[in-house]
Amino acid sequence: MTTSLLPRRSARVRTKRVSSREGFRVNWWLTTLMLVASLTVLLPLYFTVAMALKTPDQIGTGTGLAWPNPLNWENFAAAYVATNFPRAFLSTAFVTVFSVLGSLACSSLVAYAIARNWNHRFFRGSFVYLLSAMFIPFPVIILPLIKQTALLGLDNPAGVVFLHVLGGISFNALLYIAFVRSIPVELEESARIDGATTWQVFRKIIFPLLAPMNATVGIFAFLGSWNDFLLPQMMIADPALQTLPVVQMLFQGEFNTNYSLAFASYLMAMAPTLVVYILAQRWVLSGVMRGAVK
Amino acid sequence: MTATALPAETATAAHNDPARALAVRSKRRIDPTYYWMVVPVLSLFAFFITLPALVGVFFSLTNYAGYGDWKFIGLSNYVNIFKDPAILQSYIFTFVFALTTTVVVNVVALAIALGLNAKIKWRTGIRTVFFIPMVLSALVVSFVFNYLFSNTLPVLAERFGLTPLATSILANENLAWLAIVLVTVWQAAPGATIIYLAGLQSVPAEVYEAADLDGAGSFRQFLSLTLPLILGYLVINVILGFKGFLGTYEIIVGLTGGGPGMATQSVAMRIFSGFTGGDYSYQMANAVIYFLITLLISVIQLRLIQRRGVSL
Repeated sequence: MTTSLLPRRSARVRTKRVSSREGFRVNWWLTTLMLVASLTVLLPLYFTVAMALKTPDQIGTGTGLAWPNPLNWENFAAAYVATNFPRAFLSTAFVTVFSVLGSLACSSLVAYAIARNWNHRFFRGSFVYLLSAMFIPFPVIILPLIKQTALLGLDNPAGVVFLHVLGGISFNALLYIAFVRSIPVELEESARIDGATTWQVFRKIIFPLLAPMNATVGIFAFLGSWNDFLLPQMMIADPALQTLPVVQMLFQGEFNTNYSLAFASYLMAMAPTLVVYILAQRWVLSGVMRGAVK
Repeated sequence: MTATALPAETATAAHNDPARALAVRSKRRIDPTYYWMVVPVLSLFAFFITLPALVGVFFSLTNYAGYGDWKFIGLSNYVNIFKDPAILQSYIFTFVFALTTTVVVNVVALAIALGLNAKIKWRTGIRTVFFIPMVLSALVVSFVFNYLFSNTLPVLAERFGLTPLATSILANENLAWLAIVLVTVWQAAPGATIIYLAGLQSVPAEVYEAADLDGAGSFRQFLSLTLPLILGYLVINVILGFKGFLGTYEIIVGLTGGGPGMATQSVAMRIFSGFTGGDYSYQMANAVIYFLITLLISVIQLRLIQRRGVSL
C-alpha cells in the first residue's frame, strides 16, 4: 500500500523543491477552471444537505438551493423512523461485509490454484470458463436466477451475498492471477521443504503477499455491494430485510410530497460510503488505480 | 467435470508429448488441495451463473408466462420480437444512449484527468472532490437529480425567462434521455478519469521536454504525443464504458422510470419487466437476442484491440 505510493510522493516533493528554486509556476488559470468544474460535483451535494435541513414550508415553491434558516434537524429523526434505518443499515452491512470477505477468499483461492497450475488442462480450462462468463450480461440471467434463488430459499440478503461474490469472481480472479504470477515460486518452495501443506502456504505466505490486490478487490466489492440496487430489489422477498438503496424507493410514491424527509434519508444512505471515502481517500484511490492499470 | 479423472488425463497427454512434459514445472501429481480451492467455487459459479443462462435459453422457446403450464412454441417468441415496435424502440434508445454517453464520458474524463495531471494548486483536494460520485449509490444520486430537473431547473428557467426549460425536462419525450446521459456522465466520469490518470502518469516527462525543445505548443503536444501514448487506455475506457451503459438501469429508474410513455425504456428494463408482466418467455427471448448483440460487439472490440496491439 504505502510502499507503492512512496516513489511517487517523494518524486513530487523533489519536483516541488526544484521548482521552488526555478520558480515552479502554478497554472492559476487552470486551477480556477478546475475549481469551477468541481462545483458540478459539490453543488448537488450541497443541495442534498440544504434540502435535508429544511421544513416543507421552507422548500415551498423555491429552487431549494437556499441555505435554510433555522435549520431543521428533525428530518433525520423522522427519516430514521420512516425507513427503519437501523434495520436497513444492518441488512446492507451484512450483505457488504460478507460479500467483501467472500470475494477476497474465493477469488484469491481460485486465482492462486489457477496461476500455480497454469500448465494443467483443468486449471487453464477453469480460467477460460470464468473469463467467458464475463461476456454474459447480467440482464440475461436475472429472470431464471430469481426463480432459482427463490426455490432454494435464498430470496434474502444471504442470497445476495452469494451472487455478489460469484458475479464478481471472473474480474477479481483476473486481477489476482496477474498478481500471483509476480510472486516467485521459490518463496513457497522453501516453506514446502519445511513441511508446509498447500493450505498453509496459501494462508501464511501467499495471502499476506496479496495485500495490495486484496485492498483493490475489497474496495470494488465494498462499493459494488453497498450501493447495489438491482439484486437486492429483485431478490429479497421480505421488505423488512431490504438494503439502504432499495429502501429509498419509499419516497418515490405518487402522493409523497415530503421532500425534506426524503433528502434527509438520501443523505443518510450516502453518508457511510462518503465518510469511508474521505477518511481512506489515498488508500481507496491507489487501490482503484491498481485495478485500472491491471 | 470430474476432477479426479483429469490428472490421469494430463499424465497421458504428457506421455504422448515428452517435450511438453519437460516444460511442465513439476511432474509430480497435482496436489488435490488445488482442486479443493477451485472445484467448490466453480460448481457454485456454474450453478448460479451458467445454469440460469441455459434455463433462460430453454424457456425462450416456450410460452411460459412465469407461472402455470407451458409448452414448446419453437422460435415464435423470436419472430414476434422482431415485429414488436416497443422492443425496437428500446433497442434504439439503449444504443443511442450508450453511444452518446460513451463519447461524453470519455471527453469529460480525459479533460478532468489532464487538468488533475497539470500544474494546479490544491491538486489533492480537487481530486478528492472529483472522485466523490464514484462512491455514491447511482439510484440515490438520480433521486437527487430528479428533484433538480423537475423542480429547481424549471423555477430557475422561469426566473431567467428561458421558457423552453420552464417545464421539467424529465416530462419531455425528446429531452428526458439527455437528463439520463447527464447523470450517467456525472456518475461514470470518475472511473474513466482514474484510468486516464494512470495512462497520463505512464507517459515519461522526458517526452514532453523533448517536445518543448522542438517548440511544440501544448495543444500540439496533446494531439501528437499524449493522445497516441494513452490510446490503449482510451480503448479500455470505451469498451468498459459502452458495455456498462448498454445495461443501464438504476439511473433510469431514479429519473424517469422509463417514461414519459416508453421514451426512455432501456433493453434491461424491458427484460426485467418479464418478471411481473406475464411475458416471461418472451422477455427471455429478448434477453438471448440482447446477449448475442453484446457478444458480437465484444468480438468486434477484441478484434480492434488486437489490431491496435494494445495489451489489456
